[in-house]
Amino acid sequence: MSYINSIGKYFGMLRYVFSRPERLKVYHTRTFNEIEIIGLNSIGIVAILSVFIGAVISMQTAANMTSPLLPKYTIGYITRSSTILEFSPTIISLILAGKVGSNIASEIGTMKVTEQIDALEIMGVNSLSFLILPKTIAAMFFFPFLIIFSMGLSLVGGYVAVTATGLSSHEEYVFGIRSFFLVSDITYALFKTVCFAFIIVTVSSFFGYYTKGGALDVGKSSTQAVVWSSICILLTNFILTQLILL
Amino acid sequence: MIEVKNVNKSFGDNHVLKDFNAAFEPGRVNLIIGQSGSGKSVLTKCIVGLMEIDGGQILFDGNDFSKMNRLERKEIRKEIGMLFQGSALFDSLTVEENIMFPLTMFTKMSNKEMLDRANFCLDRVNLEGRNKLYPAECSGGMQKRIAIARAIAMNPKYLFCDEPNSGLDPSTSIVIDNLIKEITYEYNMTTIVITHDMNSVIEIGDSIVFVYGGRSWWYGNKEDIIKTDNPEINDFVYASQFMKNLKNKLKQEGM
Ligand SMILES: Nc1ncnc2c1ncn2[C@@H]1O[C@H](COP(=O)(O)OP(=O)(O)OP(=O)(O)O)[C@@H](O)[C@H]1O
Ligand SMILES: [Mg+2]
Repeated sequence: MSYINSIGKYFGMLRYVFSRPERLKVYHTRTFNEIEIIGLNSIGIVAILSVFIGAVISMQTAANMTSPLLPKYTIGYITRSSTILEFSPTIISLILAGKVGSNIASEIGTMKVTEQIDALEIMGVNSLSFLILPKTIAAMFFFPFLIIFSMGLSLVGGYVAVTATGLSSHEEYVFGIRSFFLVSDITYALFKTVCFAFIIVTVSSFFGYYTKGGALDVGKSSTQAVVWSSICILLTNFILTQLILL
Repeated sequence: MIEVKNVNKSFGDNHVLKDFNAAFEPGRVNLIIGQSGSGKSVLTKCIVGLMEIDGGQILFDGNDFSKMNRLERKEIRKEIGMLFQGSALFDSLTVEENIMFPLTMFTKMSNKEMLDRANFCLDRVNLEGRNKLYPAECSGGMQKRIAIARAIAMNPKYLFCDEPNSGLDPSTSIVIDNLIKEITYEYNMTTIVITHDMNSVIEIGDSIVFVYGGRSWWYGNKEDIIKTDNPEINDFVYASQFMKNLKNKLKQEGM
């Protein structure tokens, strides 16, 4: 029952988040700030993860290709497919749920327990929209770039790993990457990313905004934010894969 | 004019406000006094709609606030300035940005005008030149004063101050008390101040409501409160034995 209540409350919240902003100019500035906080500050972690996971995927594929019937370019092909379809959009989004989600929940939760949100409300500001809308727009706009960046770096990571270890040659890997390529795969991945961005920001904000109590409860909200945004991402991923790929 | 009529508010089994009644008039400083935990902060939060009341009425100039929709409330709230017990400054903004915040959101002032207004408000709370500090870099008392400056930035019609001088030294307290008194008279504000501080009560209490056990127990002004025979209020005002003896002595001497 309490789950159903929370889901209702979540959609109730969204209605206020997407209501008309008081001052467009202020929202503008806030959105750009959030792009920096949520997006630009995540570039480092995304880069490191992407390079290493790309490398591991390509080496794993090479190591498992025991049958001589399989052409060598399969390594590049598999690395590309798994990166573009699942690794970059889904795994990186899960990592971002941890980094960005906990950050959002603790920021908003702290504002809640120190009465800063009450102060906003008392001035007549729609606090839900003021706090959450700029973050949502920033993430939905910027995460696709992060994911494209991640896709590129994973392929580079894979390339370096297999050519350096001699598991595949330059020509074979590049040929693999370029074979059976569908632009729709990228479109699909970016569509997923935008959905995940929306989930991460709104679910985390939800847990932050409805924090009750003190500093300890802010910590709890921030953990819950990460757990629930991850679960929602996985569920959505499952549903989208069913709907679109099959 | 703000009227509170038969307001009830509970948290679970904790019945905090019981048939509470009070009227707060414009152009005078209305005090709410009472013991810690008696429900003073809850009362102000109910008045401004941060907490929903369980029963009764809150009237702003005759309009029932609890029946208003979000937009109507918003219009009233733009005319409210509020100082929270915990200051509630925005951590991510500097002192100056905190004070300018309501102006940025709701007025069409130019940057220069907003800055002038912020400096004017900072002056009035004795904090000139502290514009660029962040709240975390200010002492508790300074935060309180910045929050007062923010509350008066929009020249509100209704001003709520939850313990404006807790954590302030006596001389700064008097500066704040005088500020509250001055702007109330000057702009004919409806000012509601929660306080524990008997100095302020005597200094600025044009009208006083004493909260006891969640009820509006006693009404009066600063002269009445010294003379009253109400035992609960005497226990509150003359809490220490020294003060009780003083009161008895005064009584014997017929004052
Ligand atoms: N958000 C809340 N949830 C549950 N109970 C609350 C809440 N806020 C206040 N209370 C309860 O309401 C009662 C009155 O609290 P309130 O904060 O109004 O006291 P107060 O008179 O302002 O005291 P103080 O002078 O110490 O600030 C307390 O018993 C408190 O436990
Ligand atoms: Mg209080």
